[in-house]
Amino acid sequence: MSDIAARVKKIVIEHLGVEPEKVIESANFIDDLGADSLDTVELVMAFEEEFSVEIPDDAAETIRTVGDAVSFLEKKAAA
Amino acid sequence: MFDLSGKTALVTGASGGIGGAVARALHAQGATVAISGTRREALDGLAGELGERVHVLTANLSDKDSVEALVPAAEKAMGQLDVLVNNAGVTRDNLFMRMKDDEWDAVIRVNLEASFRLMRAAVKGMMRKRWGRIVSVTSVVGTTGNAGQGNYAASKAGLVGMSKSLAAEVASRNITVNCVAPGFIETAMTDVLNEKQKESILTTVPMGRLGTAAEIGTAVVYLASQEASYVTGQTLHVNGGMAMI
Repeated sequence: MSDIAARVKKIVIEHLGVEPEKVIESANFIDDLGADSLDTVELVMAFEEEFSVEIPDDAAETIRTVGDAVSFLEKKAAA
Repeated sequence: MFDLSGKTALVTGASGGIGGAVARALHAQGATVAISGTRREALDGLAGELGERVHVLTANLSDKDSVEALVPAAEKAMGQLDVLVNNAGVTRDNLFMRMKDDEWDAVIRVNLEASFRLMRAAVKGMMRKRWGRIVSVTSVVGTTGNAGQGNYAASKAGLVGMSKSLAAEVASRNITVNCVAPGFIETAMTDVLNEKQKESILTTVPMGRLGTAAEIGTAVVYLASQEASYVTGQTLHVNGGMAMI
């Protein structure tokens, strides 16, 4: 697992209080991890803080799964 | 009860009568307060009176950038922000048919839009801490309406609707969002009324007197307290019975 993926996973576990084994790449925040819309806003805020990036609203809407977040942040890091 | 030791609060419009009384009341319960306003002298005077646990922040709430900088400045000065009191307000009274665009804009910008920006900024830190209190000082006229105050009443009613919406969004994070709606209160705003005007106003107030700014401060303290933890999306009317809603 990449460093980014590990950090994303840690944030998701902490914020949503879910079992680590549930936080797989395909896990959808709302459908699989029990997040509500406010949780997803908080997650995006937490990602922004952790990775010192800005995630605009239209990009935030495309981040629905753990994998979406990791690939978005990996692309940002590469840019 | 209503102990605010260790809590931090930002009060806008603290150079005015009600805002100053709100800051005094929160401070008296142990809170650290950041007082903001347009009149530096009045703020410095209040800070001198309060002594410790006070920070003076000047801001012009009709200026977008100045508003956006205020919550970060308060968080920086106090380490965090637990309580936001949107108290700053202006009036540009005029009869509807004569009301100018700039009179409408000025009132909406300070009373409603600045409050929106401050709430949006403050709620972020409150979400992280899973605790927060937002109290907006509105007015009885936001509910009853008042001739000559279409803009002011709209801004205050707007605050109520906005507060209820935010209250619904963040209730699960132990953040409450409420309003305090004063009736006629003794301040510089009512000092300009002559005796005859005051007399006629008082006929509408069952209590038979104007309210004091301290009585508004007390209501804000209650809503800011831990004890008010199950009260959200509400408006507490403090008006001597003038309007029983």
